[in-house]
Amino acid sequence: MRLAAGAVLPLIILAAWQIVTATELVPAYRLPGPLTVLQAAAELIERGELGLHIAISVQRVLLGFVIGSVIGLAVAAIVGLSRAGDALLNPTLAALRAVPSLAWVPLLILWLQIGEESKITLIAIGAFFPVFTTVAAALRHIDPHLVEAGRCFGLRGWSLFRTIQLPAVVPSVVSGLRLALAQAWLFLVAAELIASSMGLGFILNDSQQNGRVDRILLAIVLLALLGSLTNAVLGLAEKKLLRRWA
Amino acid sequence: MIGDMTSTATAPDLSPAPGTDADATPARGRPNGVRLDQVARSFDIAQGRHDVLRGLDVELGSGEIVAVVGPSGCGKSTLLRLIAGLDRPSSGVIRIGGTALTGTDPRTAVAFQEPRLLPWRTLEKNVALGLPRGTGRTEGRERVRHLLQLVGLEHAAELRPREVSGGMAQRASLARALARSPEVLLLDEPFGALDALTRLRMQDLLLEIHAAEPTTILVVTHDVEEALYLADRVLLLRSLREEGPEARSLARVVDVPGTRPRDRADHTLAELRVHLLEGLGVTTHQTTTASTTSTTSTTTEFPS
Repeated sequence: MRLAAGAVLPLIILAAWQIVTATELVPAYRLPGPLTVLQAAAELIERGELGLHIAISVQRVLLGFVIGSVIGLAVAAIVGLSRAGDALLNPTLAALRAVPSLAWVPLLILWLQIGEESKITLIAIGAFFPVFTTVAAALRHIDPHLVEAGRCFGLRGWSLFRTIQLPAVVPSVVSGLRLALAQAWLFLVAAELIASSMGLGFILNDSQQNGRVDRILLAIVLLALLGSLTNAVLGLAEKKLLRRWA
Repeated sequence: MIGDMTSTATAPDLSPAPGTDADATPARGRPNGVRLDQVARSFDIAQGRHDVLRGLDVELGSGEIVAVVGPSGCGKSTLLRLIAGLDRPSSGVIRIGGTALTGTDPRTAVAFQEPRLLPWRTLEKNVALGLPRGTGRTEGRERVRHLLQLVGLEHAAELRPREVSGGMAQRASLARALARSPEVLLLDEPFGALDALTRLRMQDLLLEIHAAEPTTILVVTHDVEEALYLADRVLLLRSLREEGPEARSLARVVDVPGTRPRDRADHTLAELRVHLLEGLGVTTHQTTTASTTSTTSTTTEFPS
Protein backbone atom coordinates (compact mmCIF):
# COMPACT_ATOMS: atom_id res chain seq x y z
CA MET A 1 0.00 0.00 0.00
CA ARG A 2 2.70 2.47 1.02
CA LEU A 3 4.85 1.20 -1.82
CA ALA A 4 2.02 1.90 -4.26
CA ALA A 5 1.44 5.39 -2.84
CA GLY A 6 5.16 6.11 -3.11
CA ALA A 7 5.15 5.11 -6.77
CA VAL A 8 2.41 7.58 -7.73
CA LEU A 9 4.59 10.68 -8.04
CA PRO A 10 7.45 9.05 -9.99
CA LEU A 11 4.89 7.62 -12.46
CA ILE A 12 3.29 11.05 -12.92
CA ILE A 13 6.73 12.59 -13.51
CA LEU A 14 7.57 9.84 -15.98
CA ALA A 15 4.31 10.44 -17.86
CA ALA A 16 4.86 14.21 -17.93
CA TRP A 17 8.41 13.68 -19.11
CA GLN A 18 7.21 11.43 -21.93
CA ILE A 19 4.50 13.92 -22.95
CA VAL A 20 6.69 17.04 -23.05
CA THR A 21 9.41 15.24 -25.01
CA ALA A 22 7.12 13.39 -27.44
CA THR A 23 5.24 16.59 -28.30
CA GLU A 24 8.60 18.36 -28.65
CA LEU A 25 7.45 20.97 -26.16
CA VAL A 26 11.04 20.81 -24.92
CA PRO A 27 13.70 20.24 -27.60
CA ALA A 28 15.46 16.85 -27.43
CA TYR A 29 18.95 18.33 -27.05
CA ARG A 30 17.83 19.83 -23.74
CA LEU A 31 15.67 16.99 -22.45
CA PRO A 32 15.72 13.64 -24.23
CA GLY A 33 12.73 11.35 -23.68
CA PRO A 34 12.63 8.41 -21.27
CA LEU A 35 13.09 5.97 -24.13
CA THR A 36 16.26 7.72 -25.28
CA VAL A 37 17.63 7.39 -21.76
CA LEU A 38 16.76 3.68 -21.79
CA GLN A 39 18.55 3.37 -25.14
CA ALA A 40 21.59 5.07 -23.66
CA ALA A 41 21.52 2.51 -20.88
CA ALA A 42 21.16 -0.35 -23.37
CA GLU A 43 24.06 0.97 -25.40
CA LEU A 44 26.33 1.18 -22.33
CA ILE A 45 25.26 -2.31 -21.22
CA GLU A 46 26.03 -3.67 -24.68
CA ARG A 47 29.54 -2.26 -24.50
CA GLY A 48 29.85 -3.85 -21.07
CA GLU A 49 30.50 -0.49 -19.43
CA LEU A 50 27.42 0.27 -17.34
CA GLY A 51 27.86 -2.66 -14.95
CA LEU A 52 31.48 -1.66 -14.44
CA HIS A 53 30.60 1.97 -13.72
CA ILE A 54 27.95 0.94 -11.23
CA ALA A 55 30.14 -1.69 -9.60
CA ILE A 56 33.07 0.65 -9.08
CA SER A 57 30.82 3.37 -7.62
CA VAL A 58 29.07 0.93 -5.28
CA GLN A 59 32.41 -0.48 -4.18
CA ARG A 60 33.75 2.99 -3.40
CA VAL A 61 30.64 3.94 -1.45
CA LEU A 62 30.59 0.74 0.59
CA LEU A 63 34.31 0.80 1.38
CA GLY A 64 34.28 4.48 2.31
CA PHE A 65 31.08 4.02 4.30
CA VAL A 66 32.44 1.09 6.30
CA ILE A 67 35.82 2.70 7.00
CA GLY A 68 34.29 6.07 7.90
CA SER A 69 31.62 4.50 10.12
CA VAL A 70 34.01 2.29 12.05
CA ILE A 71 36.36 5.20 12.74
CA GLY A 72 33.33 7.36 13.53
CA LEU A 73 32.06 4.85 16.11
CA ALA A 74 35.47 4.53 17.74
CA VAL A 75 36.02 8.28 18.00
CA ALA A 76 32.43 8.78 19.18
CA ALA A 77 33.05 6.30 22.00
CA ILE A 78 36.14 8.26 23.10
CA VAL A 79 34.45 11.67 22.89
CA GLY A 80 31.08 10.51 24.24
CA LEU A 81 32.32 8.50 27.19
CA SER A 82 35.34 10.40 28.48
CA ARG A 83 35.35 14.00 29.53
CA ALA A 84 39.03 14.33 28.61
CA GLY A 85 38.40 12.90 25.14
CA ASP A 86 35.57 15.36 24.66
CA ALA A 87 37.68 18.35 25.73
CA LEU A 88 40.66 17.28 23.63
CA LEU A 89 39.03 16.15 20.40
CA ASN A 90 35.70 17.90 20.05
CA PRO A 91 36.89 21.41 19.04
CA THR A 92 39.20 20.02 16.35
CA LEU A 93 36.56 17.69 14.99
CA ALA A 94 33.99 20.49 14.93
CA ALA A 95 36.41 22.61 12.88
CA LEU A 96 37.18 19.76 10.46
CA ARG A 97 33.47 19.13 10.08
CA ALA A 98 33.01 22.72 8.94
CA VAL A 99 35.30 22.13 5.94
CA PRO A 100 33.19 21.65 2.79
CA SER A 101 33.69 18.28 1.14
CA LEU A 102 35.14 19.65 -2.09
CA ALA A 103 37.86 21.50 -0.20
CA TRP A 104 39.48 18.16 0.62
CA VAL A 105 39.77 17.06 -2.99
CA PRO A 106 42.93 18.94 -4.07
CA LEU A 107 44.76 17.89 -0.92
CA LEU A 108 43.71 14.26 -1.20
CA ILE A 109 44.76 14.14 -4.85
CA LEU A 110 48.15 15.62 -4.00
CA TRP A 111 48.70 13.22 -1.15
CA LEU A 112 47.06 10.04 -2.44
CA GLN A 113 47.10 10.59 -6.22
CA ILE A 114 44.11 9.99 -8.46
CA GLY A 115 43.75 6.37 -7.40
CA GLU A 116 41.06 4.63 -5.40
CA GLU A 117 42.60 5.74 -2.10
CA SER A 118 41.82 9.42 -2.54
CA LYS A 119 38.18 8.74 -3.45
CA ILE A 120 37.58 6.22 -0.68
CA THR A 121 39.22 8.56 1.82
CA LEU A 122 36.95 11.40 0.77
CA ILE A 123 33.87 9.17 1.10
CA ALA A 124 35.10 7.92 4.48
CA ILE A 125 35.41 11.54 5.64
CA GLY A 126 31.84 12.07 4.51
CA ALA A 127 30.58 8.97 6.32
CA PHE A 128 32.60 9.65 9.48
CA PHE A 129 30.87 12.83 10.63
CA PRO A 130 27.20 11.79 10.78
CA VAL A 131 28.12 8.64 12.72
CA PHE A 132 30.48 10.49 15.01
CA THR A 133 28.08 13.36 15.75
CA THR A 134 24.96 11.30 16.45
CA VAL A 135 26.67 8.54 18.43
CA ALA A 136 28.86 10.85 20.52
CA ALA A 137 25.82 12.94 21.45
CA ALA A 138 23.80 9.82 22.26
CA LEU A 139 26.55 8.40 24.47
CA ARG A 140 26.79 11.69 26.32
CA HIS A 141 23.05 11.68 26.97
CA ILE A 142 22.54 8.13 28.20
CA ASP A 143 20.24 8.15 31.20
CA PRO A 144 22.70 8.54 34.11
CA HIS A 145 20.26 6.59 36.27
CA LEU A 146 20.78 3.47 34.18
CA VAL A 147 24.56 3.81 34.29
CA GLU A 148 24.43 4.26 38.04
CA ALA A 149 22.20 1.21 38.41
CA GLY A 150 24.74 -0.72 36.36
CA ARG A 151 27.56 0.43 38.63
CA CYS A 152 25.51 -0.68 41.62
CA PHE A 153 25.42 -4.17 40.22
CA GLY A 154 29.17 -4.26 39.81
CA LEU A 155 29.49 -3.32 36.13
CA ARG A 156 32.68 -1.47 35.22
CA GLY A 157 34.51 -0.38 32.08
CA TRP A 158 33.99 -2.83 29.26
CA SER A 159 31.16 -4.77 30.94
CA LEU A 160 29.34 -1.50 31.67
CA PHE A 161 29.80 -0.41 28.04
CA ARG A 162 28.64 -3.75 26.66
CA THR A 163 25.69 -4.16 29.01
CA ILE A 164 24.32 -0.63 29.26
CA GLN A 165 25.99 2.08 27.22
CA LEU A 166 26.18 0.30 23.87
CA PRO A 167 22.61 -1.09 23.87
CA ALA A 168 21.32 2.31 24.98
CA VAL A 169 22.72 3.98 21.86
CA VAL A 170 21.79 1.32 19.29
CA PRO A 171 18.94 3.45 17.86
CA SER A 172 21.30 6.42 17.46
CA VAL A 173 23.98 4.24 15.87
CA VAL A 174 21.50 3.04 13.29
CA SER A 175 20.22 6.51 12.43
CA GLY A 176 23.81 7.76 12.29
CA LEU A 177 24.66 4.96 9.86
CA ARG A 178 21.73 5.85 7.62
CA LEU A 179 22.80 9.48 7.50
CA ALA A 180 26.37 8.36 6.83
CA LEU A 181 25.29 6.21 3.90
CA ALA A 182 23.43 9.10 2.28
CA GLN A 183 26.47 11.30 2.85
CA ALA A 184 28.71 8.60 1.32
CA TRP A 185 26.78 8.77 -1.97
CA LEU A 186 27.03 12.56 -1.87
CA PHE A 187 30.79 12.44 -1.44
CA LEU A 188 31.10 9.73 -4.08
CA VAL A 189 29.84 12.08 -6.75
CA ALA A 190 32.10 14.84 -5.45
CA ALA A 191 35.07 12.49 -5.71
CA GLU A 192 34.21 11.08 -9.12
CA LEU A 193 33.24 14.39 -10.70
CA ILE A 194 36.71 15.74 -10.29
CA ALA A 195 39.13 12.98 -10.92
CA SER A 196 38.09 9.62 -12.24
CA SER A 197 37.95 7.44 -15.32
CA MET A 198 35.11 5.24 -14.12
CA GLY A 199 31.97 5.41 -12.05
CA LEU A 200 28.65 7.23 -12.14
CA GLY A 201 30.27 10.57 -11.34
CA PHE A 202 32.58 10.03 -14.27
CA ILE A 203 29.59 9.42 -16.56
CA LEU A 204 28.11 12.72 -15.35
CA ASN A 205 31.27 14.68 -15.99
CA ASP A 206 32.16 12.97 -19.25
CA SER A 207 28.64 13.33 -20.64
CA GLN A 208 28.52 17.00 -19.75
CA GLN A 209 31.57 17.55 -21.93
CA ASN A 210 30.10 15.50 -24.80
CA GLY A 211 26.64 17.00 -24.47
CA ARG A 212 25.08 13.58 -23.76
CA VAL A 213 22.07 14.73 -21.74
CA ASP A 214 20.58 11.23 -22.00
CA ARG A 215 23.55 9.73 -20.15
CA ILE A 216 23.46 12.52 -17.54
CA LEU A 217 19.83 11.68 -16.85
CA LEU A 218 20.68 7.98 -16.77
CA ALA A 219 23.40 8.58 -14.15
CA ILE A 220 21.05 10.70 -12.04
CA VAL A 221 18.31 8.06 -12.15
CA LEU A 222 20.83 5.35 -11.27
CA LEU A 223 22.16 7.38 -8.33
CA ALA A 224 18.60 7.84 -7.06
CA LEU A 225 17.84 4.13 -7.41
CA LEU A 226 21.09 2.92 -5.84
CA GLY A 227 20.81 5.39 -2.96
CA SER A 228 17.24 4.30 -2.26
CA LEU A 229 18.20 0.64 -2.49
CA THR A 230 21.10 0.82 -0.01
CA ASN A 231 18.98 2.99 2.28
CA ALA A 232 16.17 0.43 2.14
CA VAL A 233 18.57 -2.37 3.08
CA LEU A 234 19.76 -0.38 6.11
CA GLY A 235 16.11 0.42 6.88
CA LEU A 236 15.32 -3.28 7.14
CA ALA A 237 18.29 -3.81 9.43
CA GLU A 238 17.13 -0.85 11.50
CA LYS A 239 13.65 -2.30 11.93
CA LYS A 240 15.11 -5.56 13.20
CA LEU A 241 17.58 -3.86 15.54
CA LEU A 242 15.01 -1.46 16.96
CA ARG A 243 12.58 -4.28 17.69
CA ARG A 244 15.34 -5.86 19.75
CA TRP A 245 17.00 -2.84 21.36
CA ALA A 246 14.57 0.07 21.60
CA MET B 1 23.84 1.29 68.88
CA ILE B 2 23.46 4.97 68.21
CA GLY B 3 26.04 7.34 69.53
CA ASP B 4 26.29 7.01 73.27
CA MET B 5 23.06 5.09 73.57
CA THR B 6 23.35 1.92 75.57
CA SER B 7 22.97 -1.17 73.53
CA THR B 8 19.39 -2.21 73.99
CA ALA B 9 18.53 -5.51 72.41
CA THR B 10 17.70 -5.03 68.77
CA ALA B 11 17.62 -8.66 67.77
CA PRO B 12 15.69 -8.66 64.52
CA ASP B 13 12.35 -10.30 64.47
CA LEU B 14 12.85 -13.20 62.13
CA SER B 15 9.66 -15.10 62.86
CA PRO B 16 8.01 -15.67 59.52
CA ALA B 17 5.02 -13.50 58.83
CA PRO B 18 1.74 -15.09 57.82
CA GLY B 19 1.58 -15.55 54.10
CA THR B 20 5.30 -16.09 53.82
CA ASP B 21 6.48 -17.89 50.72
CA ALA B 22 7.13 -21.31 52.17
CA ASP B 23 9.71 -22.51 49.64
CA ALA B 24 11.79 -19.35 49.89
CA THR B 25 15.53 -19.87 49.97
CA PRO B 26 16.73 -19.73 53.56
CA ALA B 27 19.40 -17.15 54.26
CA ARG B 28 22.91 -18.54 54.56
CA GLY B 29 24.09 -17.44 57.96
CA ARG B 30 23.42 -14.06 59.46
CA PRO B 31 23.65 -11.12 57.13
CA ASN B 32 26.21 -8.44 57.87
CA GLY B 33 25.37 -5.24 59.65
CA VAL B 34 26.50 -1.76 58.70
CA ARG B 35 28.40 0.66 60.88
CA LEU B 36 28.95 4.37 60.25
CA ASP B 37 31.56 6.25 62.29
CA GLN B 38 31.49 10.04 62.26
CA VAL B 39 30.42 10.07 58.64
CA ALA B 40 30.20 13.48 56.96
CA ARG B 41 29.57 14.53 53.39
CA SER B 42 29.90 18.04 52.06
CA PHE B 43 29.67 19.44 48.58
CA ASP B 44 31.57 22.38 47.15
CA ILE B 45 29.18 25.00 45.89
CA ALA B 46 29.59 28.58 44.66
CA GLN B 47 29.06 29.98 48.18
CA GLY B 48 31.72 27.71 49.67
CA ARG B 49 31.18 24.37 51.35
CA HIS B 50 27.76 22.92 51.95
CA ASP B 51 27.49 20.21 54.59
CA VAL B 52 24.81 17.66 53.83
CA LEU B 53 25.69 15.08 56.47
CA ARG B 54 27.74 15.62 59.60
CA GLY B 55 28.85 13.54 62.57
CA LEU B 56 26.72 10.55 61.75
CA ASP B 57 27.21 7.51 64.00
CA VAL B 58 24.81 4.74 63.10
CA GLU B 59 24.87 1.01 63.40
CA LEU B 60 22.46 -1.22 61.54
CA GLY B 61 22.23 -4.57 63.27
CA SER B 62 22.30 -7.77 61.29
CA GLY B 63 18.89 -8.39 59.75
CA GLU B 64 17.48 -5.16 61.11
CA ILE B 65 15.15 -2.91 59.14
CA VAL B 66 15.97 0.75 59.64
CA ALA B 67 14.00 3.57 58.07
CA VAL B 68 15.42 7.03 57.49
CA VAL B 69 13.09 10.01 57.41
CA GLY B 70 13.79 13.70 57.34
CA PRO B 71 12.94 16.94 55.57
CA SER B 72 14.12 17.33 51.99
CA GLY B 73 17.77 18.29 51.88
CA CYS B 74 18.60 16.44 55.10
CA GLY B 75 20.88 14.10 53.21
CA LYS B 76 18.88 10.89 53.54
CA SER B 77 19.44 9.93 49.92
CA THR B 78 23.10 10.94 50.23
CA LEU B 79 23.37 8.58 53.21
CA LEU B 80 22.00 5.74 51.11
CA ARG B 81 24.35 6.52 48.22
CA LEU B 82 27.29 6.53 50.64
CA ILE B 83 26.43 3.08 51.97
CA ALA B 84 25.82 1.86 48.41
CA GLY B 85 29.36 2.96 47.55
CA LEU B 86 28.08 5.28 44.80
CA ASP B 87 29.51 8.24 46.71
CA ARG B 88 32.30 8.61 49.23
CA PRO B 89 32.10 10.31 52.61
CA SER B 90 34.13 13.50 52.99
CA SER B 91 35.23 12.12 56.33
CA GLY B 92 34.42 9.17 58.54
CA VAL B 93 34.27 5.46 57.83
CA ILE B 94 31.50 3.13 56.69
CA ARG B 95 31.95 -0.55 57.47
CA ILE B 96 29.97 -3.49 56.25
CA GLY B 97 30.55 -6.57 58.36
CA GLY B 98 33.69 -5.03 59.77
CA THR B 99 35.41 -4.15 56.47
CA ALA B 100 35.65 -0.53 55.43
CA LEU B 101 33.82 0.36 52.25
CA THR B 102 35.89 1.53 49.26
CA GLY B 103 33.28 1.52 46.50
CA THR B 104 30.26 -0.49 45.47
CA ASP B 105 30.20 -3.76 47.37
CA PRO B 106 28.92 -7.11 46.10
CA ARG B 107 27.21 -7.64 49.44
CA THR B 108 24.92 -4.65 48.98
CA ALA B 109 22.09 -4.09 46.55
CA VAL B 110 20.07 -1.00 45.81
CA ALA B 111 16.55 -0.39 44.58
CA PHE B 112 15.84 3.19 43.60
CA GLN B 113 12.74 5.32 43.55
CA GLU B 114 12.58 4.79 39.78
CA PRO B 115 12.75 1.16 38.69
CA ARG B 116 15.79 1.89 36.46
CA LEU B 117 15.21 -1.21 34.37
CA LEU B 118 17.02 -1.60 31.06
CA PRO B 119 14.27 -0.94 28.50
CA TRP B 120 15.73 -3.35 25.93
CA ARG B 121 15.73 -6.32 28.28
CA THR B 122 12.80 -8.44 29.39
CA LEU B 123 11.93 -8.34 33.08
CA GLU B 124 13.58 -11.74 33.46
CA LYS B 125 16.84 -10.51 31.93
CA ASN B 126 16.65 -7.34 34.01
CA VAL B 127 16.40 -9.36 37.19
CA ALA B 128 19.31 -11.51 35.98
CA LEU B 129 21.46 -8.36 35.88
CA GLY B 130 21.44 -8.42 39.67
CA LEU B 131 22.87 -11.94 39.93
CA PRO B 132 26.34 -12.06 41.48
CA ARG B 133 29.21 -12.41 38.97
CA GLY B 134 30.03 -15.98 38.20
CA THR B 135 26.58 -17.39 38.89
CA GLY B 136 26.09 -20.53 36.81
CA ARG B 137 23.60 -20.41 33.97
CA THR B 138 21.12 -22.94 35.32
CA GLU B 139 21.53 -21.73 38.87
CA GLY B 140 20.97 -18.14 37.74
CA ARG B 141 17.89 -19.00 35.75
CA GLU B 142 16.48 -20.92 38.70
CA ARG B 143 17.12 -18.00 41.07
CA VAL B 144 15.55 -15.45 38.70
CA ARG B 145 12.49 -17.65 38.27
CA HIS B 146 12.17 -17.99 42.03
CA LEU B 147 12.48 -14.22 42.55
CA LEU B 148 9.94 -13.41 39.86
CA GLN B 149 7.59 -15.79 41.62
CA LEU B 150 8.35 -14.14 44.95
CA VAL B 151 7.36 -10.70 43.64
CA GLY B 152 4.41 -12.10 41.67
CA LEU B 153 5.81 -11.50 38.19
CA GLU B 154 6.25 -15.06 36.91
CA HIS B 155 3.64 -14.39 34.22
CA ALA B 156 5.46 -11.23 33.06
CA ALA B 157 8.98 -12.66 32.73
CA GLU B 158 9.10 -12.15 28.97
CA LEU B 159 7.66 -8.62 28.95
CA ARG B 160 9.67 -5.45 28.46
CA PRO B 161 9.62 -2.71 31.14
CA ARG B 162 7.52 -0.38 28.99
CA GLU B 163 4.86 -3.07 28.68
CA VAL B 164 4.20 -3.29 32.42
CA SER B 165 2.74 -0.99 35.07
CA GLY B 166 4.82 1.14 37.43
CA GLY B 167 4.12 -1.23 40.30
CA MET B 168 5.26 -4.24 38.29
CA ALA B 169 8.41 -2.45 37.18
CA GLN B 170 9.15 -1.58 40.79
CA ARG B 171 8.66 -5.19 41.84
CA ALA B 172 11.08 -6.24 39.10
CA SER B 173 13.55 -3.67 40.40
CA LEU B 174 13.20 -5.14 43.89
CA ALA B 175 13.68 -8.66 42.50
CA ARG B 176 16.84 -7.48 40.71
CA ALA B 177 18.22 -6.14 43.98
CA LEU B 178 17.34 -9.40 45.74
CA ALA B 179 19.05 -11.43 43.01
CA ARG B 180 22.40 -10.68 44.59
CA SER B 181 21.19 -12.25 47.86
CA PRO B 182 22.35 -9.00 49.40
CA GLU B 183 23.39 -8.89 53.01
CA VAL B 184 22.52 -5.21 52.99
CA LEU B 185 19.52 -4.05 50.98
CA LEU B 186 19.28 -0.31 50.36
CA LEU B 187 15.94 1.12 49.29
CA ASP B 188 15.68 4.76 48.20
CA GLU B 189 12.04 5.79 48.47
CA PRO B 190 11.24 2.53 46.71
CA PHE B 191 7.47 2.93 46.72
CA GLY B 192 7.29 6.72 46.52
CA ALA B 193 6.14 6.88 42.92
CA LEU B 194 3.41 4.26 43.31
CA ASP B 195 -0.27 4.79 43.94
CA ALA B 196 -1.43 4.43 47.55
CA LEU B 197 -2.90 0.94 47.25
CA THR B 198 0.07 -0.50 45.36
CA ARG B 199 2.35 1.08 47.94
CA LEU B 200 0.64 -0.78 50.81
CA ARG B 201 0.90 -4.05 48.91
CA MET B 202 4.59 -3.47 48.19
CA GLN B 203 5.25 -2.79 51.87
CA ASP B 204 3.72 -6.13 52.80
CA LEU B 205 5.66 -7.81 50.02
CA LEU B 206 8.90 -6.36 51.35
CA LEU B 207 8.13 -7.64 54.84
CA GLU B 208 7.31 -11.10 53.49
CA ILE B 209 10.62 -11.15 51.64
CA HIS B 210 12.47 -10.00 54.72
CA ALA B 211 10.83 -12.71 56.79
CA ALA B 212 11.87 -15.31 54.21
CA GLU B 213 15.38 -13.97 53.60
CA PRO B 214 16.27 -11.68 56.48
CA THR B 215 18.77 -9.15 55.18
CA THR B 216 19.79 -5.89 56.76
CA ILE B 217 17.57 -3.24 55.20
CA LEU B 218 17.94 0.52 55.11
CA VAL B 219 14.91 2.23 53.63
CA VAL B 220 14.84 5.94 52.90
CA THR B 221 11.31 7.27 52.80
CA HIS B 222 9.36 10.50 53.11
CA ASP B 223 6.37 8.57 54.40
CA VAL B 224 6.39 8.44 58.21
CA GLU B 225 3.65 5.82 58.30
CA GLU B 226 5.62 3.62 55.94
CA ALA B 227 8.69 4.01 58.14
CA LEU B 228 6.78 2.97 61.26
CA TYR B 229 5.09 0.07 59.52
CA LEU B 230 8.28 -1.40 58.11
CA ALA B 231 11.12 -0.59 60.45
CA ASP B 232 12.58 -1.79 63.73
CA ARG B 233 14.02 1.67 64.16
CA VAL B 234 13.37 5.01 62.53
CA LEU B 235 16.16 7.56 62.18
CA LEU B 236 15.07 11.17 61.87
CA LEU B 237 17.68 13.35 60.17
CA ARG B 238 17.70 17.12 60.35
CA SER B 239 18.57 19.49 57.57
CA LEU B 240 21.88 21.17 58.38
CA ARG B 241 21.03 24.24 56.34
CA GLU B 242 19.56 26.29 59.20
CA GLU B 243 21.78 24.77 61.85
CA GLY B 244 25.03 25.92 63.39
CA PRO B 245 28.37 24.37 62.44
CA GLU B 246 28.24 22.07 65.46
CA ALA B 247 24.90 20.44 64.62
CA ARG B 248 24.86 16.77 63.78
CA SER B 249 22.67 15.13 61.21
CA LEU B 250 20.94 12.64 63.48
CA ALA B 251 18.04 14.35 65.25
CA ARG B 252 16.06 11.49 66.72
CA VAL B 253 15.97 7.71 66.87
CA VAL B 254 12.71 5.92 67.45
CA ASP B 255 12.60 2.26 68.41
CA VAL B 256 9.33 1.05 66.99
CA PRO B 257 7.53 -1.23 69.45
CA GLY B 258 5.82 -4.50 68.65
CA THR B 259 6.53 -7.21 66.13
CA ARG B 260 5.78 -7.32 62.45
CA PRO B 261 3.39 -7.51 60.78
CA ARG B 262 2.13 -4.45 62.57
CA ASP B 263 -1.39 -3.20 62.82
CA ARG B 264 -1.52 -0.11 60.65
CA ALA B 265 -4.15 1.35 62.98
CA ASP B 266 -2.13 0.69 66.13
CA HIS B 267 -2.56 3.42 68.70
CA THR B 268 1.12 3.54 69.67
CA LEU B 269 2.14 3.88 66.03
CA ALA B 270 -0.31 6.74 65.60
CA GLU B 271 1.30 8.55 68.53
CA LEU B 272 4.78 7.89 67.19
CA ARG B 273 3.64 9.18 63.85
CA VAL B 274 2.57 12.47 65.38
CA HIS B 275 5.83 12.57 67.26
CA LEU B 276 7.88 12.06 64.11
CA LEU B 277 5.83 14.47 62.04
CA GLU B 278 6.46 17.11 64.68
CA GLY B 279 10.12 16.36 64.35
CA LEU B 280 9.72 17.05 60.66
CA GLY B 281 8.08 20.37 61.48
CA VAL B 282 4.55 19.36 60.55
CA THR B 283 1.63 20.42 62.71
CA THR B 284 -0.75 17.51 63.11
CA HIS B 285 -3.73 19.38 64.64
CA GLN B 286 -4.16 16.62 67.18
CA THR B 287 -6.29 17.47 70.19
CA THR B 288 -4.53 15.19 72.64
CA THR B 289 -1.03 16.16 73.62
CA ALA B 290 1.32 14.37 71.35
CA SER B 291 4.35 14.74 73.55
CA THR B 292 3.33 11.78 75.70
CA THR B 293 4.77 8.96 73.71
CA SER B 294 3.90 5.46 74.66
CA THR B 295 6.02 3.82 77.29
CA THR B 296 6.61 0.79 75.08
CA SER B 297 8.65 2.78 72.56
CA THR B 298 11.99 4.38 73.12
CA THR B 299 12.89 7.67 71.56
CA THR B 300 16.36 9.05 71.84
CA GLU B 301 16.70 12.76 71.21
CA PHE B 302 19.86 14.32 69.86
CA PRO B 303 19.57 18.08 70.28
CA SER B 304 21.58 20.01 67.77
